[in-house]
Amino acid sequence: MTPIVELNDLTITYERHPAIHHLRGGFSKGSLTAVIGPNGAGKSTLIKAIVGLLAPSAGRLAIHGISPRDIAYLPQMAVIDDSFPISVFDVVLLGHWRRVGAFRAMTAQMCETAQRALWTVGLEGFDDRPFGSLSAGQRQRVLFARVLVADSPLIVLDEPFTAVDTRTTNDLLRLVARWHGEGRTVISVLHDFDQVRRHFPDTLLLAREAIGWGPTAEVLTSENLLKARAMSEAWDIDAEICRGAA
Amino acid sequence: MSLLYHWLIGPFADYSFMRRGLIACLALALGSGPVGVFLVLRRMSLIGDTMAHSVLPGAAVGFMLAGLSLPAMGLGGFIAGVTVALASGLVSRLTPQKEDASFAAFFMISLALGVLLVSLHGSTVDLMHVLFGTILAVDDTSLILMASVATTTLLVFAVIFRALIAECFDPAFLRAVSGKGGITHTVFLMLVVLNMVSGFQALGTLMAVGLMMLPATAARFWARQVWSLICLATAVALVSGYLGLVLSYRFNLPSGPAIVLTAGMFYLVSLFFGPRGGLLSTLARRRHFRA
Repeated sequence: MTPIVELNDLTITYERHPAIHHLRGGFSKGSLTAVIGPNGAGKSTLIKAIVGLLAPSAGRLAIHGISPRDIAYLPQMAVIDDSFPISVFDVVLLGHWRRVGAFRAMTAQMCETAQRALWTVGLEGFDDRPFGSLSAGQRQRVLFARVLVADSPLIVLDEPFTAVDTRTTNDLLRLVARWHGEGRTVISVLHDFDQVRRHFPDTLLLAREAIGWGPTAEVLTSENLLKARAMSEAWDIDAEICRGAA
Repeated sequence: MSLLYHWLIGPFADYSFMRRGLIACLALALGSGPVGVFLVLRRMSLIGDTMAHSVLPGAAVGFMLAGLSLPAMGLGGFIAGVTVALASGLVSRLTPQKEDASFAAFFMISLALGVLLVSLHGSTVDLMHVLFGTILAVDDTSLILMASVATTTLLVFAVIFRALIAECFDPAFLRAVSGKGGITHTVFLMLVVLNMVSGFQALGTLMAVGLMMLPATAARFWARQVWSLICLATAVALVSGYLGLVLSYRFNLPSGPAIVLTAGMFYLVSLFFGPRGGLLSTLARRRHFRA
């Protein structure tokens, strides 16, 4: 079966240094995969490439079966301007973007979906509150409601649980499990190994290259983790020009 | 009663140049209000200032070719401003340099070029005119131009409003989901330049930004949503224009600075008394609500 996201020798560089190096493989349809690895391993770079924010320097990244614009993407909290005066409800409505774009009208039904999404993430009655006045956990709930509203077959989350309290994390993990149950493909950057072992059937252990990619138990071995750390710490200033697949 | 009339309405009833000035202020306020609000929200307050200055060489070329005509100077200014905006945007996209740095670079080049052109081919009086403007000398052509700019601005805002908000709030999301965040930004920058050009006949290139930034920053202390910010900023700009004209008539002050200083006064009042983070409300709100 063709995977929904296929990576073919994908390489992405910053000033010619690869952040992702000849990555090969695929996220199969309906899979729930954690992307994990040390700092600087290229996790966010991979996510940005999947949603189309970064272009490959070499190799290919293909999305099969859906339009790249239909991906529900949750960016890192840090890139969102939380001082912007926007209401919680309006943030959730943004999830309809792939259907309404910049110009078409929101229907009453779309507003209802947004209402329901807020209810699902436990923020009923928060509609008119300014987004910036919420706590970090509540903000993340709002952004998950936006993902819910997008109702997309492919969901891509970049560090969704960073700086988020335990209760919110557990609630949102249940939501992730629900998406998995509904047959959606979910890719998420994470840091917590225990969380990954408990909730994510598949793991991609990344250190610029794939150290391991498959069932979580087989990937998260202490041997692999050591290897990942060693690889990401070795940033060779005098690296030679790469002449082909690793 | 007659005193109030004498102060507040009389000048406009008696003199057509005052009426024109007032209408010019209305047109400026309608365009500057929303533009200023988004400049503040996008943290581009100072970029607005650099844009205003970069308009100068184009205006100078227009002046050299067609004399003191707002359409010619305006067109020249618009081309210069848009060139600076596009060049800076391009540099920040192609190189690691941030947009504010490339803006500063291009605006300095543009400003120096402008001063050079004006001093080679014009008198200091002309330079003063371009730098400081004269709202009481706007003619019909200028009024039509300013009104067209205001109309265009409001219509374009209506079209790009949703994209603009999405881009300010969560640029990564918008780019992923639409793939064209850059266009919105460019269109917005063009609106900024357009309103700059419209403002410089009235207030001059140095102070055209005043009627954009001061009402918008003042509104931030009162309103909490984008639409209310825009309404309030527009109202403040309009009232500043009106009061500034009255004051300049009554005390024989230059009209441009009078208008901008009135807007400045609104800002200071808001800074102290505004309920959303104003100094007094911050002091008074030491006491908090029950949970």
